[in-house]
This record gives sequence, structure tokens and C-alpha cells, in this order.
Amino acid sequence: MNWNWLLPEPVSTFGSEIDSIYYLILVITGIIFVLVEVALVVFMVKYRHREGRRAEYSHGSTRLELVWTVVPFVLVMVIAWMSMRVWLEAKVADGHAPADALSIRVAAKQFEWNVTYPGPDERLDTADDFVKTNQLHLPVGRAVRIELTSDDVIHSFFLPEFRVKQDAVPGMTIGVWFEATTAGEYELACAELCGLGHYSMNASVTVHESEAFQSWVSEEGGQTPAVETPAPPDTSAADLEAASTTPPSGEDHSSHQPASDGKERA
Amino acid sequence: MSTVPVEVGHPSVQHWAEPGHRDDRSFLRKYVFATDHKVIGAQFLFMSLFFLLVGGALAMLIRWQLGWPGTPIPGGAILGEAKAPGGIILPEFYNSLVTMHGTFMIFFAIMPLLVGVFGNWLIPLHVGAADMAFPRLNMASFWTAVPAGLIMLSSFFVTGGASAAGWTGYAPLSAVPEYSGVYLGQKLWCISLIVLGFASLMGAVNYITTIVNMRAPGMTWMRLPLPIWSLFITAILVLLAIPVLTGALILLLFDQTIGTTFFLPPDGGQPLMWQHLFWYFGHPEVYILILPAMGIVSEVLSNGSRKPIFGYRFMVYATIAIAFLGWVVWGHHMFQSGMNPYLGATFMTSTMIIAVPSAIKVFNWLGTMYRGNIHFHVPMMNAIAFVAMFVIGGLSGVFMASTPVDIYIHDTYFIVAHIHYVLFGGSLFAIFAGIYYWYPKFFGRLMSPLLGKIHFGLTFVFYNLVFFPMHNLGLDGMMRRIYDPNQYEFLQPLQPVNTLISVSALLLGAAQLIFIFNFVWSLKAGKKAPANPWNANSLEWTLPSPPPHGNFTTMPTVYRGPYEYSAPDRETDFWPQSEPPGTRTGGRREEVHA
Repeated sequence: MNWNWLLPEPVSTFGSEIDSIYYLILVITGIIFVLVEVALVVFMVKYRHREGRRAEYSHGSTRLELVWTVVPFVLVMVIAWMSMRVWLEAKVADGHAPADALSIRVAAKQFEWNVTYPGPDERLDTADDFVKTNQLHLPVGRAVRIELTSDDVIHSFFLPEFRVKQDAVPGMTIGVWFEATTAGEYELACAELCGLGHYSMNASVTVHESEAFQSWVSEEGGQTPAVETPAPPDTSAADLEAASTTPPSGEDHSSHQPASDGKERA
Repeated sequence: MSTVPVEVGHPSVQHWAEPGHRDDRSFLRKYVFATDHKVIGAQFLFMSLFFLLVGGALAMLIRWQLGWPGTPIPGGAILGEAKAPGGIILPEFYNSLVTMHGTFMIFFAIMPLLVGVFGNWLIPLHVGAADMAFPRLNMASFWTAVPAGLIMLSSFFVTGGASAAGWTGYAPLSAVPEYSGVYLGQKLWCISLIVLGFASLMGAVNYITTIVNMRAPGMTWMRLPLPIWSLFITAILVLLAIPVLTGALILLLFDQTIGTTFFLPPDGGQPLMWQHLFWYFGHPEVYILILPAMGIVSEVLSNGSRKPIFGYRFMVYATIAIAFLGWVVWGHHMFQSGMNPYLGATFMTSTMIIAVPSAIKVFNWLGTMYRGNIHFHVPMMNAIAFVAMFVIGGLSGVFMASTPVDIYIHDTYFIVAHIHYVLFGGSLFAIFAGIYYWYPKFFGRLMSPLLGKIHFGLTFVFYNLVFFPMHNLGLDGMMRRIYDPNQYEFLQPLQPVNTLISVSALLLGAAQLIFIFNFVWSLKAGKKAPANPWNANSLEWTLPSPPPHGNFTTMPTVYRGPYEYSAPDRETDFWPQSEPPGTRTGGRREEVHA
């Protein structure tokens, strides 16, 4: 537990940029916080009621009010302007994710993460794709581009140390990109309430050194040849039905599955 | 009201109080199906304090689970096998707890406390009217809110339990029973909020009509007490925002019951559309929950500082600015939702701008206290706490407004801390200030200042011990709405903090018993309240406590604004709004009951 308002060490390329905006806001708001609270306490002590005291008869000062209208306005506009570039870089995968990014598909469903890896050929929807449930494996120093979908309700793909969070929405395929900078073991969390198993919808995240990742891929890709081709990233109803009726892997969660056509519900 | 076809609510058709007139209304007309705005205000007060208690009890259960995960609650077996077998809260019940805590607190406690109670109590008295423009509509508003609350309560007792999709009711989780495991409960949630929406609308049209049409002679717009400005703007927000929620809830109910797919993607529906509709209502709702609180605080701070409010006009303009900007910031709840990131950038800009009017208000409150003559009566203590806490809630909002920072802290305990610094540290402290301030006027008795100070002190300390560390939990990545954080390795070190928060929360809850005791005990045993215990200026303080049915015996005339404190050349440091000019000494000074 930190009581010092520092963020955990970031392990993605844009993580430190996001953090620097956080620290900028922390400094600005921290100064305002201290000024206001100190003024409040000083006024409470200094202008407390004493016998014979009379308050100043004043209705305000337009000049002062203009000052504390313009100064906050300028400050928040600076923050907004500085946030803009980092936001678009981190959030818009198209155009920001490098061309050689590794494509991975993540399909969330109650209450697991199904990760489709492109296999040794590094292309999705080919015969050597393989699926892992609740295991996200990534290479260090190489960008990944995730196609994020959901089979049922809204989930949220949250990698705290990577400063990545994106809701997984049924009916949408959302591009998420980032580049890991430090090898190690991390956790993937679901950050959006998704039902009774929401609290335990976690997955392990392993960031491998480049060679180790390659050998993991060839090992896994060789062992599990062509499980089945999951639905291509398309939002059409037929494909989603296919995706929800033929889950890529994992245990049966049929007790929490809706009828796939949405019409047979009670 | 009169049957003569004159202008609605025109002062000439009001039934003013008749001196010496015996009130021969039956008990039922006087206290149950009452049309007197003061009684309806009290009815709303009892209803919403009850739901505040319910919401608080649910919070205690939530904190028990987070403080001591998987440990049986002492006496928890009473909750039943389906919710907490052997007193151990189940995950599905936990989801209901968070959902219903938010729902009760926002819709059935804070909103009716601010709008229902203070709207009813203050508007006719502050503008100088005998009652609301539509007293029967006012009665209907309360008696529509009650069944809504009962429907919501009943959902705990149906099979499948109460709604578990969060107070925001995100579809598809809320739309498909199989996803949430909640069946009838989710439908009752929709129905209850639809019914409550009608109650809110009936209140809003009444408030707007009364404020526009029934101001006494001399009560110009720029002489209105600030709570009335706040309630006026709030009523407009209610009138425009609630129908959007009601419409969305009806669509959701259709998805749940008759097989439509407005929010369900396999058949072309859009989950994000629910979020857009919900937050198009939801963000103005945030201001509905804070603007009246700001009005109350302005009133109390000026009175407690014995000084005119600093920058009355800027306070009004800031309120109006918030009312406009409040409609174009809803997307900041949806930065990580899959909404187009370029749209997110736009919403970030508008959200940053809305921080400015809030900043103006904070600095103007400080300006009000500067060179004042501050009396620390119990309402004043709560009002100062509002300013101190609202600053924290406002500043933490800037972190989330910044879209890249929001990537990390969205849906974590940082937002839980933020919302509670605004709605508890802000709204609830203002509500306490308002209750302590106007209780003597409406119940004719003073609340015990000693108990009030003890209640305030304990609440302030434990409140901060509960909610301040939640910022740090959020910065360490702890997600909101999770039943057991220990499922995650990176959250396990946070358990001691969660336990500390839970201990403080239980003590915070216990401290409220002092308030309940003070409230109930003072009804019978409190000191008799004089007409003007706080030496205040607005019109209600010229009337006996409590004011008679019909309020004023003759229509008051208003000569000045409500914040003329410590004017030079006067013996007393206050100057009632209806005191004719030229008198130097009027407004007999009472000992301030601090």
C-alpha cells in the first residue's frame, strides 16, 4: 500500500507519458488544495467571532472574481491540451500501433478471457492459430495490437501496470495497442461489473523476452494445431451468433448464457 | 386554489394565513394527504432519511465483506440462505448491495433530501408565497415517490433478489436475466425509477412555476436567496433530464420483457446507446445532487460569517453556466467504453471547462468568510466542512477528466472516493447544515447544539478515514464493485487498508445514531425555537416557528437582497429583507444558539 500518491511502476511505452500527466495534475491540484484548505483554516481562526467584532460590509470584488475565473480556466485548458496527444496515442490503435505489431484477439465472456494467438505465422485466422484461456502471453519490446470483443455482457480489459483499460463490448471489435517494456508476470483484471463472477475474472499476464516468446509460440502452436477458427472480427449478427454458440475453449458456462438469438428468454 | 380564471399562482389568489383562525382540517388532510408545502417537505424528510438509513445499512454490509472477506456477519443469518448463508455474503448478493446502495442513496435519499425537502420547505417561504403554485400536484408528487420507494424495497424479497447490474444499469447485463441471475428484481428496479421520475417531474414544474410567478412584490430575481436560484436551475435540469432516463428505462424494460433488442447486439441493438442515454440524464443528475447543496451552503456561510455573500451575481452566473455545460459533458463517463476516442477528446475539453464555475463558487465562499465575524453554530460547521470536502471532490475530478489519466483510474476506487467526496462530503454535509439550520423553523424546536457538535465532529473524522484512503486504493489499481479483491495478487497487500476503512465506516454509521437521537428527541424535548434563531434576513425568519398554514398573514414586500449582514449605520448586524427602509434598529437580535 502506498500512502504517497505515487503510481505503480509503468511497464509499457506510453505508461510513463500517462504518468507524467498524472503527476502534473497532482502538483497543480495539490497546490490549489493546500492553498484553499490553509486559507479556510486561517480565516476560521482569524475571523472567528469575538465580542465587539463586526464583519466587513463588502459584496465582493469583480476584479478578484475575474482572476479566479481566468486562472482556473487557463490551468484546465493546459491540462486538456497536454492530455490530448497522449490520449490519442494510447487510445487510437489505427495509425499509432506500429505496422509490425503482433496481432492477438481477446474475447471476454462470463467469466473468462479467451486469447487467440496467431501462431508461428503471426497471422490471425490461419490454421496455426491457438487459443489460451485466462493466459495472456506477450513479447517484450514489441507492440501488440489486440482485437477486443465480448461474447455476452460488457467487460473491461484492465492491465494496471501497462496503463491499459478498454471496455469489451458485445457487438463491437475494439483495437487496443501497447508495448511492454519489462519482462515479468502481471495480472489482467476485469474492471466492469459483469455478473456474479466478476470479482474473479482475472487472468495471468506473462511478458517474455523475445526469444522466449518465439519458442513459447512454436511450442504451443505445434501442440495445439488449429483448434478451430473463431469468428472473424466482424460485427454482423451471424458472426456473433457463431461466436457465442461455439465458444473457443474453456468450461461450459451455459447456465449463464443467454439464448443466442435473444428471443428465447423468459 | 381559486376557481376564478386568473393567472395561475398569481399572488392575488393565494390563501394567506388568517390570524387567530382555527385550523379545522382533519388529521388526514393536515398530516397525510397534506397540501401544505411545509408538511410535504417534512414528509419528504422522513421518507428520505429512512432511505438514507437503508442505503447506509447496505453500505455497512458492503464494508463488512471488504473488511473481512468471507467472514460471517454477526447475526447475518437473518439475511437468509439465498443472500448470505450462515451470515457470509454471497457474490450475487454483494452485487445487489452495491447496486441498491447507489440506487437508494442517489434516487431516494440525496435527491429527495435536496430537491423534495428543501425545495418544498424553502421555495414558497423564500419568495414570499402562501404555498406552492399547485399544492395538490405537490401532494401527488410525494405520494408518487412513496410507492416508487416501496417497489424498490420490495425487490429485495423476490426470487433472484434485487437488481445486481450496478446503479448505472449497464446493458446487456441489466437487460438479460440469465446474465445477472436477477429476474423480477431488475424489472422492479426499472419500474420503480420510472414511477419516481413522475414524482420528480411533478415537483419540478411546481418549483419553476412558483419561483417565476409567485415572488412577492420587490422580490426581484437578483434578490432571491441563493438556495432558490439553485433550486430553480435544478428544477429545469430535472424537467429536461428525467424524461430521457424514463425513456431509456422503458426501452430497457421492453428488452427484459417483450423481446425487443434496443441494447442487445445479436439483433442489431447497441449496448453503448444505453450508456449515452443514461449519462445524458446522469450528468445533469450530478448537478441536481450538488447545486441545491451549494445554495444551502451559500445561505449558511453568509449567515455564519455575518457578511454578505461574496459576489452574488457571479454565484448566480456560475450556477447558470453549470446548467448549460452540464448537458455537454456526459461522455466523460464513457472514455473507456469504446466510444470514439476523438469524441472523448471533445468531452474532455468541455469537462475541464465545467471545473471553472465550481472553482468560482469555492473562491467566493472563501471570500465570504474573509474578514467576517464567524459564528461556529452547528449549521456553519457543516457548511465549512462542505467547502473543505467539496474542494477535494472537485480537484479529484480533474484527474478523471484528463482522458489518459482516466485510462488508469476509471472504474477503480479513485472514482469511488471522488463520488463520495462530492455526494457525502459535499451534498450530505450541506444537507446536515440545512437540517440543523431550518429544523427550528419547521418543527418549532431547537436541536441540541452539543449533540450536533459531537455528531459533526465524529462524522467529519470518520468520513475522511473512510473515503480518503480510497484514493490510494484506486491509485494502486483496486477496481470498484469487486466482491473479493484478494482474488488478485496485486490487491492482496491492500487488505489492511480495506479493514481500516471498514472499521471507520462502522464507526461513521454509529455516529449517525447521535443525529437520529438528536432529531427525534428535539421534536418533543428541544428548546422552543424563537422566530429567528440565527438572526437571518430571509422572509421565513419573520414568521413564527413553525409558520402557520398559509405562511404570511399579508403579502410581504421585499426591499433588499437576503445577505445584508453587518451593514454600517445599523445597530444589529442583520437586515431582514422585508424591513422597510429608514428603520435603523429593526429585527430584534436573538442570542445565536451555537
